[in-house]
Amino acid sequence: MRRLVDFILLLVGIVAAWQILHWIAGDIALTSPLDTVEHLGKLLGTERFWLNVAETARAFVAAALISLIGGVALGVVLGLSRTSAIVSEPILIALYSLPKVTLYPLVLLCFGLGISAKIAFGAMHGLIPVTIFTMKAILQIKPVYWRTAETMRLTPGQMAWHVALPAVIPEVLAGARLGFSLTLLGVLIGEMFASQRGLGFMITSAMGLGDIATIMAVALFLSVFAVSANALLLLLDRTAAR
Amino acid sequence: MKRGGLTREGWIRLAVVVAFVLAFELLCRLGVLPRTVVLPPSEMATSLWHLLETGEFTADIVSTLQDVAIASALSIALGFALGIAIHALPRLRATLEPLLASYYAIPTFMFYPVFIVVFGVSDRAIIAIAVLLSIVAMIASTLTGLDRIPRVLRKTAAIYRMGLARRALLIDLPAAAPHLFTGIKLAFAYAFIGVIASEFILSGQGIGYQIAYAYNNFENRKMYGLMLLVIIVATVANAVLDTIDRRLQSRLRR
Repeated sequence: MRRLVDFILLLVGIVAAWQILHWIAGDIALTSPLDTVEHLGKLLGTERFWLNVAETARAFVAAALISLIGGVALGVVLGLSRTSAIVSEPILIALYSLPKVTLYPLVLLCFGLGISAKIAFGAMHGLIPVTIFTMKAILQIKPVYWRTAETMRLTPGQMAWHVALPAVIPEVLAGARLGFSLTLLGVLIGEMFASQRGLGFMITSAMGLGDIATIMAVALFLSVFAVSANALLLLLDRTAAR
Repeated sequence: MKRGGLTREGWIRLAVVVAFVLAFELLCRLGVLPRTVVLPPSEMATSLWHLLETGEFTADIVSTLQDVAIASALSIALGFALGIAIHALPRLRATLEPLLASYYAIPTFMFYPVFIVVFGVSDRAIIAIAVLLSIVAMIASTLTGLDRIPRVLRKTAAIYRMGLARRALLIDLPAAAPHLFTGIKLAFAYAFIGVIASEFILSGQGIGYQIAYAYNNFENRKMYGLMLLVIIVATVANAVLDTIDRRLQSRLRR
């Protein structure tokens, strides 16, 4: 009950802060919460908006799947030996904190303009956190599990599938949560820089027209989606941890 | 870890990186990777050297580094202050907790166009979005740091009858320092990413802008030279901060 009250208070606080900022900055710089919701409602009724959503969603789902499957596979392989984990961790962390936008032209030159470049760029963002989390989780598995697996003469493949994977699910979910939000960011930045379709493209073209209402409406739409997806994954995380 | 000199894993890591760069070079030289797509690393390095020598992009490099420095300083100072304030008000903290937990799920960068409309295409818009990206990491680290101060230290302070200011300076700050430093490290990384990304999407100067500009004009040599510069600066800065961070963290475990 108390948490619900807190949550409503937070929402009220955000809307109030937004409204105050709107009064300070004026209509040209920041549309009011009410106007933004109204404009979003109007956008939701147009077909073009949903075409853009579908384009972004396609790229996001593909990139997220690549990040999740690739990241878990890579994390398991690197985490099975302590040496390879120690060797690769600083490299992965360096790659993680690199501003990957700089590499986008390289991705564009490799994949050409189009959806595959966006998918590749999104996966670049999401793959590394999933790998890091999986690898660390594998390292922290209790040694007794390994000894049991050895006693049962499991092959490395069986070990990975029957022992390592079930033991690391909670951490993998935490990594997936971070990976998903970064993948979404990657896809959107990709669309903002070079694309003819998608929500990121909608934002940049609105930016060119100075159409602040559309920018705010799309940003609101994305924020609501991202926060709900995150809450859902958190819930999944909690049930898995039990 | 051994002091001075590399560990066995350190040598392997170095070998892996060197092997990767050499393989990359070889693939480029053999023409497996066409020159229109990517240049061999050695040419990237000579291009970077040339760019630094002629000073063609010195103004852009200075502008980017300046923006990163201002944005990180702002978010570290403001994040620290806000973290202390939120920690002091448990009711406010309970309310803000869901926001702090899901903040990084929101693609904050989508709000960059809003800042452009408010501030125009300028350093201020770039710094604003970089601060927005990095400040929450500092707030969260400050909160963790203050939470993890052992109660025995607080009690010791009480026994010595320390005043609030003395306790904060002599007990709280050193005890929370490792977590605060993690916050500083993250704030810097996010600020760097924020600045480069905003320059890339829309701005009139900076390294990110010049990379995007070179890409649009098919000037691969310049583009890859500058790309290499960003990779080197980011890697070195993060490696230094990470090393200090690890030292401080290992002090916690003692």
